[in-house]
Amino acid sequence: MGEVTLKFKNITKVFPGVRALDDVSLDFRKGEVHALVGENGAGKSTLIKILTGAHEPTSGTIEVFGEEYNHLIPHEAIKMGISAIYQEFNLVPFLTVAENIFYGREVKKGIFIDKKYMNKETTKLCHEMEIELDPKIQVKELGVAYQQIVEIVKAVSQNAKILIMDEPTAPLTNREIEALFKVVRKLKATGVTILYISHRLEEIFEVCDRVSILRDGKYITTAETEKISRKEVIAHMVGRELGEDFVGGAGARDDIVLEAREISTDKIKNISFNLKRGEILGLGGLVGAGRTETARALFGADRLESGEIQINGKKAVLKSPKNAIRYGLGLIPEDRKKQGLVLSMQVRENISYGILKKLAKRLFINTKKEDEICSKLKDDLTIKTPSLKQVVRNLSGGNQQKVVLAKWLATNSEILIFDEPTRGIDVGAKQEIYYLMKELTKQGKSIIMISSEMPELIGMSDRIIVMHEGEFAGELLKNEYSQEKILELASGESKVGWEK
Amino acid sequence: MKRQAAIMDFFAKYGIVVVLIALVVFFSIISPQFLKMNNIFNILRGMTMVLLTGGIDLTAGSVIGVGSVLTAALILAGMPTVPAVIVVLLISAGIGMINGFFINAMNIPPLITTLGLMTSLRGVAYLITGGLPIFGFKSGITALGKGYFLGIPLPVVLMAGVFLVGILFLEKTRYGRYIYGVGGNEEASILSGINVKQVRYIVYSISGMLCGLAGIVLLARINSGQPNAGTGYEMDIITAVVLGGVSISGGEGRLPLVVIGVLIMGVLTNGMILMNIQEYVQWVVKGLVLVAAVGFDRFTETRKAQLA
Repeated sequence: MGEVTLKFKNITKVFPGVRALDDVSLDFRKGEVHALVGENGAGKSTLIKILTGAHEPTSGTIEVFGEEYNHLIPHEAIKMGISAIYQEFNLVPFLTVAENIFYGREVKKGIFIDKKYMNKETTKLCHEMEIELDPKIQVKELGVAYQQIVEIVKAVSQNAKILIMDEPTAPLTNREIEALFKVVRKLKATGVTILYISHRLEEIFEVCDRVSILRDGKYITTAETEKISRKEVIAHMVGRELGEDFVGGAGARDDIVLEAREISTDKIKNISFNLKRGEILGLGGLVGAGRTETARALFGADRLESGEIQINGKKAVLKSPKNAIRYGLGLIPEDRKKQGLVLSMQVRENISYGILKKLAKRLFINTKKEDEICSKLKDDLTIKTPSLKQVVRNLSGGNQQKVVLAKWLATNSEILIFDEPTRGIDVGAKQEIYYLMKELTKQGKSIIMISSEMPELIGMSDRIIVMHEGEFAGELLKNEYSQEKILELASGESKVGWEK
Repeated sequence: MKRQAAIMDFFAKYGIVVVLIALVVFFSIISPQFLKMNNIFNILRGMTMVLLTGGIDLTAGSVIGVGSVLTAALILAGMPTVPAVIVVLLISAGIGMINGFFINAMNIPPLITTLGLMTSLRGVAYLITGGLPIFGFKSGITALGKGYFLGIPLPVVLMAGVFLVGILFLEKTRYGRYIYGVGGNEEASILSGINVKQVRYIVYSISGMLCGLAGIVLLARINSGQPNAGTGYEMDIITAVVLGGVSISGGEGRLPLVVIGVLIMGVLTNGMILMNIQEYVQWVVKGLVLVAAVGFDRFTETRKAQLA
């Protein structure tokens, strides 16, 4: 293994009321992919922010390429070769790939920007990393995966020696992840140190050399991925033995609660399927295959161009989410911060957001009843919050997700659409969400689950429908499940089960 | 000892507020400008709500003008006072609906919609009067401006009433909740089944109606319908609301706190007048205060984003 490039020495960071990091010492080497794992709130983000200079440690030092610092300053960190790629991208959508890569460092010819040179350089960089990317295309035209790759190329072009990747695969599909890993391995071979943060343990074992575990702000251990098992990692993360357990649903009943007949919007084409009571119907496919769009069509958020939706055997007119909710639908969207919650409002206000009409029978909202309903749901879902009046922004990802779920349980939704239900959620909370899904199906509620996580899709669904480029690609029954088969359908290579 | 510490704590937190209140009381007693301030108080609720939804209403000043001259014209034409007032309130609410229509149905940003209508409505105010003030009518409306209720001037009673209703509406009713929700996250609100467009119509109508009300109060006080009445008020109001901690990006801010914003504006305006500072200099200061207040809002917003 290469020499140590980065070393945290006894780092402690105290925020008012919280000890986010407690005497953490940790080193990273040249040419290694080093995973940083821990549940939400374990201190990963704080450590990263200290490295990028966003936070100043309360005590302890950081050693970068042999030089010791008390704290780093953002623009100097970049100069030293520390780059970070976040979940939210920092690209300008209307600029081209090359313009983004050279953003702020444009190469000029006279007084004008030398586009030709920048395009050529970008092509060269991509070529070195074996990436196919048109430097002249606008970034907004690219999919999420490629936007991320642009970020990486940008970091490399800035001579990044230490690259932080924060949940890089969260928005990607399996195939795109493969492409990303190829790039990661390439970078590693050129001697870049990669700090890899992910909730998906399987990829840590696939792409990382070592893994360090944090828990409650404390450093637990570092191990070579070859010498530690997934189960041990999880045990270290949660501090107790805990396996991932796909409990599945309670099983489908006979009656059909929802049926989509040849529905089309501007994003999807002729999608037909049904959903039985108590069933968990998995919706698989690559990102952009039209799964979220199908959910939006069902939920009345996108306009139907043709086709019909039946609920409980009757034609349903779903012109707006408001209509859909009246028919008993609920949507737990893929991006809970942007679509699921009003972050500036309290836990209570978010949970009751959909039932205010019921709560405000007279002029004013019946806050007593509101509190009753909310505290019951808070207990049922074990939402961890100091009080119902806590602002949702301050909750962890898993608890925020539970608040979204609580909102739909409050409205008594019979059909719940989960779009990536466990994205960005730690292991413990994930498990709880699975148990909740089972409990809901037991109560006779039905679930449509969109998931890009293969084990989750296979483990939780009673039946899986796969989509490809806005169209139906196939349907798999439980005895036909396999990762390969789903991928095959998702990539449009075969059309099994498509007989009508 | 403990109590002393508590008192110290209170002053550390609210000291500035106490000082402000003292200053305002002092200045108001010796300055006639205070009456203008309590008129601004009336429109405040509307503007606060608009800003909470993430919008803005620049028509405020012009609607005051229209409200003022329209009431005068109706009364002069022989309409009894009470119906005239009701008609004007409805029309002002209607103006708010028009704002809402452009914003909702045509998807024009509130800033542009209300900027355009601000100019148009000022034109309307001048057209109604033919460019001249309307005066010389006998009406009970002056009682509204100069009357007393239990020894308290009527405009102040009105102000307190509107304020109370505003707080109850915003904090206790479901529409109040929606206003915060729509400003905090429009998309999540739509996906939660909230009729966002309806919320916007309501908010702009309330804003319009309260501006109309302010126009009527103004007319009652000076007993003359001035087409240029309320010019520049939107500036004062927006500044006061932002100073009171309402975020310009919507979703955050509480009405009681907005009062502090008005107090700061009051102190500033009255103070400058008492100090005999030239009016033009006052404009310079007021403009800078708005920019500074918004700057501070953006700063805290960025900090929050970093913490999240």
